Parts: sequence; C-alpha cells; structure tokens
Amino acid sequence: MSKTATKASKRQRKRLGREKLQQIIEMCRSVEERGLDPFLVDVDDVIAVIREYFPEWEDLDDLCLDAETINRLASVIKLQSEWVKHRSTSLYTDPFLLEEKIKTLEKEAIVELFLQAWHPVVELEQISLHSLKNALNYWQNLAPLEERWRETVLEEVETGVASREELVEERILADETFAEELKRFWEELKAKTRKKEKISYWDFVGADSYEETVHRAYMTSFLVTYGYATFEIYPLEEEVFIKPNPKPVLKQRSQQLVSIPISISFEEWKKWKEGTHK
Amino acid sequence: MRGKRKAYYASKLKRATHLLFYRRHKKPGVKGWELRKNLGKDYPKVLKILDDYLERLDLQVKTVFEEERPAGKPTPEQLDKARFFVTLRGTLTAKEAKMVGWRIDDLAGLAVTIAYIISRRGKASRKEVEKLLREKLPKWRADLNLDRYIRYGYIIQDEKEQLYLGWRTQAEVDQKALINLLLGSEETSSVNA
Repeated sequence: MSKTATKASKRQRKRLGREKLQQIIEMCRSVEERGLDPFLVDVDDVIAVIREYFPEWEDLDDLCLDAETINRLASVIKLQSEWVKHRSTSLYTDPFLLEEKIKTLEKEAIVELFLQAWHPVVELEQISLHSLKNALNYWQNLAPLEERWRETVLEEVETGVASREELVEERILADETFAEELKRFWEELKAKTRKKEKISYWDFVGADSYEETVHRAYMTSFLVTYGYATFEIYPLEEEVFIKPNPKPVLKQRSQQLVSIPISISFEEWKKWKEGTHK
Repeated sequence: MRGKRKAYYASKLKRATHLLFYRRHKKPGVKGWELRKNLGKDYPKVLKILDDYLERLDLQVKTVFEEERPAGKPTPEQLDKARFFVTLRGTLTAKEAKMVGWRIDDLAGLAVTIAYIISRRGKASRKEVEKLLREKLPKWRADLNLDRYIRYGYIIQDEKEQLYLGWRTQAEVDQKALINLLLGSEETSSVNA
C-alpha cells in the first residue's frame, strides 16, 4: 500500500473515532439532562470504544475530546450508583406506578393522605419588648432626613500631582501588594509557632486596636483559604487554633470547601484584651 | 444542689423555647452551633427535655441534618451543622389545615409535587411537574402554586428548571409515610373497584 493511501485511511479512522466519541458525549449528556435511565449507557461498550481510538489521538483537541468523553461517562456512572442506592432505600417506588396512582386519586383523597404525613413547622413572628427598645433607640439616634440628605458642599481645588506616598497615606493605594502582605503574614505565623506548632486564633489575630484585629482576621481567612495555614477546631471546648503549613496546600476542587464563621465582635476583642476570652 | 440544677435547666429551657419558636433568620429554625453558643455544650440534653415537655402539647423538636440522617448517634459536628425546628408531633385534620391558610387545591398540589420528586430520585424537571399538576388544576394555578412551594422552601429550583426537595419538606414531611400512604390507598381502591 502506498504511503498516501495509509495516510488517508488513518485520517478516515480518526474522523470516525471523533464521531463516535461525540455520539457518546451526546448520549451521556441526554441521560444526565433529561433524567433518562442511566443504565441505557453500556459502560463496557463505551470504554471499549474509547480504548480502541485512544492510540490514534495526537492533537491536543483530540485528547481533550477523549478526556471529555471519560468525564461524561464518569457522570453517568455516578448516576448509576445513585440509582442503585435509591432503589435499595425504602423510598424507592416505581415512578410510573406512583404517577398513575396520583392521577387516579381525587384531590380530597390526596390531601387526606398528605395530612397524615405532614407535620408543619411551628413559628412565631412577633415583636418583643427587647426589639421595641432597640427600635426606639435607633429612632432616637436617627438623624432627620433634612440632615441625612443634605448635599455635601465640595470645595473646588486646583488639579495637581499626587505622589505614590501620598496615595498610600490616603489609603487609595496599598503600600504592598496583597500577595506580599499575605506572605509576610504567613512568615509571621510561622515565626510565632516555631516552638509550639500551633497558636490560639485570638492570640494570633488579636492586636492593640479593634480595627487592626479585624484586618488581621481578614488576612488570616485568606491564609487558610489559600492553603498557607490550617484551622484546628475543638467545638466542645470552643477553641480554635491556627497552624501554618510548611508549603501552601492547594485544595482539590472536588473537595467540598467549608466556611467557618468566627465572630470578631468588639465585645470579644475587649474580652481578649482583658484576658477573659477563651 | 438538686434545686440548683433544676433552676439551671429551667432557665435553659426558656431560652431554647425562645430560640426555637421565634423566627430569627429568613428561615425558621436554629442551627446547632447557634444553640451551643446560647445554651452551652449540653444543648442536646436541653432539647431532649424540651421535646419531652412539648409532647404534652402535640409538638416536637425536629432535627434536620445537613446531609443524610446519620445511622448511629450523631457526632457533635453533625449536630452543630443540623437545623432544629419545632413541628407538630401529630397531624392536622382537613378542617385544621384550612385554618393554617392552605386551600385544598394547594395542599393536593404540594403532595403531588413532593411525591413525584421523591419517586424521581429527588429530582424532576419543572415541566414534568407542571404537566402533572395541570391535569387537575388550571394552568395559571399550577404555575402559581409551584412558585409558592419554592418560595416557602418546600422545593428548590435550579437554573436548568430542575426541581428538588427543599429544607421545609425535610423538616415537615415524613416522606416514607407519604409514599406508603399513596401506594397503599391505590391498592385499596383497586380492590374496591
């Protein structure tokens, strides 16, 4: 066979492979989006096709298509596992059977049945003396509209040139980039934990002023989010420690990120200053 | 000593009642960590005492876990993340349900919507549910009701118009009982027919 003929047949095989992968992607997508039975997809067959054409792929686009196919197939396998899990639970029922039953029942009968399974939440929305007192305080301290809506009189000044230092002083520019500040913060944490591995959260974020404490808490949240440090939380003791990581740890996207709310109120800061905070 | 402990729990019970009955956030109910902060580490014990007390009033403290209900005893972390509500322990009669502000059509629609989503493994397209509701309700009411169920938290809708069970269904509806009752009732009517 001539070289040209071999090339042509290879090209044709690639085209056929691409088409097959596209078809698989479409099939998986429709199972996912239209809620079809995930067992319509024969995983073994699909894997055989992917494996058959894999040696042909050289271009980045083809490799991406291959990866996309595997990704879609993984989603279908996940649906299959959820389906098996659901069938094994006591909640499983044939959807068509239930649909038929719903259609044949009178609405009064449906309500009668629903009421036997319904335990509504009890809740009250009422004004309390405490909230009335707060509202009155707010009203007393509220400036009249005339004052609040008064236009600010702007003084006209001549245009001039401001230096970088002046902008930093006015807090328009930061004197270091955020990344630099975060790194400096990380070094500080490492230095403070050199002897005892971890430090109490409040001992680390607490500063002489409340504003500075809030700023330090803000930076600390980024230290943890970006993997420069880890929290150690003891819920029963209500204690939070922070521990630096030797190297920033990048979190996997598949891992669910958890938000940890920590209150930095003025009262808590005062308690910490007085040494009574836990 | 005993009297001191009694007074301690009595004051915690009052605090727990205030927290659980009065709505503090957009959603009713209180998170476990909020209860721990307000009542202390032994808040599960306080809730147990409150639940025993509420039994006489046909009410109960209901725990809805963030994920599936743990098989064994829940850990403090799972309890912290759970949401606690006060719900009716028993059930309402049809007459009482009207007093709560629900029309019979709305309640029937809610029952059908929830049952259908459960049967579809917890996810169903809005179009399918609308189609089912429109068999017995006028189109405008079916649409309006679905929006109402979403607003109340019985169901959730995503950007692809897929419907899921919401936090309120988890808190208020005994899903297993609902399905069994629906299936059971049909069997009876078939026998009668």
